[in-house]
Amino acid sequence: MTLRRSVLLRPLLGAVGLVVLFGGWEAAIRLGWVPFGLLPAPSSLGPAWLDELRSGAWIQAIRDSLTHYLSGLLIGSVTGAVLGLLCGAVPLLDGLLSGVVRVLRPIPGLAWVPFAILWFGLNTAGATFVIAISVFWINFYAAYGAVQAIDPDLYEVAASFGHGGFWGRLRTVVIPASAPGLLAGLRTGLGQAWMSVVAAELFGVPGIGARMMQASSLLATDLVVVYMLTMALLYAVTDTLFMLVRRRLLGWQG
Amino acid sequence: MSGGETGNRAEAGNVTDSVVRLENIGLSHDHGRSFILRHVDLEIRRGEFVALLGPSGVGKSTLLRVIMGLVRPTEGQVHLHSTPVAAHRPAAMVFQDAKLMPWRSVRRNVELGLEGLGLNAARRRERAMAALELVGLGDKADRWPRQLSGGQRQRVGVARALTVEPDLLLMDEPFGALDAITRTGLQEELLRIHARTHGTVLFVTHDLDEALILADRIIILEGHPAGLRGDFRVGPRPRDNSAPGMRAMAERMRQLIAGEDDPGEVAAYWQASEI
Repeated sequence: MTLRRSVLLRPLLGAVGLVVLFGGWEAAIRLGWVPFGLLPAPSSLGPAWLDELRSGAWIQAIRDSLTHYLSGLLIGSVTGAVLGLLCGAVPLLDGLLSGVVRVLRPIPGLAWVPFAILWFGLNTAGATFVIAISVFWINFYAAYGAVQAIDPDLYEVAASFGHGGFWGRLRTVVIPASAPGLLAGLRTGLGQAWMSVVAAELFGVPGIGARMMQASSLLATDLVVVYMLTMALLYAVTDTLFMLVRRRLLGWQG
Repeated sequence: MSGGETGNRAEAGNVTDSVVRLENIGLSHDHGRSFILRHVDLEIRRGEFVALLGPSGVGKSTLLRVIMGLVRPTEGQVHLHSTPVAAHRPAAMVFQDAKLMPWRSVRRNVELGLEGLGLNAARRRERAMAALELVGLGDKADRWPRQLSGGQRQRVGVARALTVEPDLLLMDEPFGALDAITRTGLQEELLRIHARTHGTVLFVTHDLDEALILADRIIILEGHPAGLRGDFRVGPRPRDNSAPGMRAMAERMRQLIAGEDDPGEVAAYWQASEI
C-alpha cells in the first residue's frame, strides 16, 4: 500500500492542494477581500502570459536567465567541487586555505554585486559571477564533507591492489566515494542558483529578474506572478532532469 | 595463492623456496621511544598455510600491513620474493569486513587489483569471473556489494585477492565478523581452495581453534612490544583436535598467548615445538 500511496495518492493530494490555493485566491479577489491592486487574480495570469509570449519578451527573458543560470552554475559548481575535493584530500592545501575559507565563507553572493558591476558591468558576465559565487560554497562544502566521510580503510584496500599514490587514490576511491555528496551539493546548488539569478538580474542585467522589476514598477502584478511561476517551472524542470541523471550515476546506492 | 605450477611443495629445500622473510622487524610510532613490534624474524615457505595467532590488539594486523608494504617498519627488512610471472602481484590481502567498494559491482570489485597489470578489459573480466567461480559466486558478478550477505561479501574479498595470483596471500581475521555457521563454511572452502592451488597463506586470527583447523604451522605473537613467542607445526590432515598430542600443543599455545612464559623457556620451546 505504501507504493500505491506514493505513486498515486501523493501527486493527487498535491494537485488538490494547488487547486485549493488558486481557487481560494481567485475567490478572495472576486469577493473583494483583497484591496484592489495588491494581488492579481489567477484568472488574469493566462492572458498576461499570452501577451508576454506573443511579444517575445517571455522567451527572451528565459533565454537570458538560462544563460546566466547555466554558466554561473557550471563555473561555481566545478570550481567549488574541485577545490572542495582537493582540500578534503590534501591536508596541506586544507591548512593553507582554512583561514581564507573562514574569511570568505560568510560573505553572501549578493554582497559581491558592487564588485560584479565594477569588474564586469551590468551584463551576462556580472550576473554569472554573482551566481557562481553563491553556488561555489555549497559545492565546496559538499565535496569537502564527502571526502572527509570516506572510510579510510578503502585507501588501504586501494593501495594493497596497486592504486596507491595521489592519482590512484583519487581515481579509485576519492571521486567515486564522494559522488553521492557531490551530487547532493550540485542539487542544492541547482535551487540556490535560481534564487541568485533573480537577485543578480534585479540590478538591471536583462533576464527574468529584470523583467520582474520592470513589471513591478508598472504595477503589473500579474506579470510578476507569471515570472514567479516561470521560475518555479524552470526549477522543476532542472531538478527533474538532474534526478534522472543522478539515478543513473548512483545505481549502486539502491 | 599462485597457480599449482608455482606452488609445488616438492620444491622444498630450494633457495627460492622462501616466499617472505622478515629480518629483525621493529615498529615504533614515536621515533624509537617505544615499540609496537620488536625483533620479529620470520620465514614462510612456498605452499605453507601459516596462522599468526595472538591476543587482540597485540599487533598481528600491523605485522600483516608491514609485510604488505602498507606500513614501513622502523627497523629491519621485509624480503618478499616475487615469481617472475606476468600480470600478478607479489602479495594480496583479504581484509576484515571485506572492505568492498560499494560503488563497484561484484565483478568490478574483483577486478580492482587487475587494473594496472597491463590486461585488457576482456582478459580482466575473464580472470575476475574465474576467481568468482572459484569462491562459488559466479552468478553474483553483476550484483552490488550491498545486495550480498556478509559471508558472500567476504568471499568476494577472497576472490579479489586470489585473482591477482599472489605469491603470498595475507588474510586479516577475514572470518572474525561472521556467524559461526557461515564461518565454518568459509573455513572449509578456504581449505578446499588451498588444497587446489597450494598457495602460500598467512592468516591472522585470535582464535586458537580456527588456527588449528586451518594452518599447517602456527606462530604466536605476544608481548609489549610484540614478538614471536612460538612456532608450531601442526600434523597432517585429517586432524583429531582431541588427540593427546594436539591437546598438549593447544594448551601450550594458550599459555603463550596469555603471556605465561618467561623468555628463556619460550626460546627453548621455540626449538622443540614440532609435533
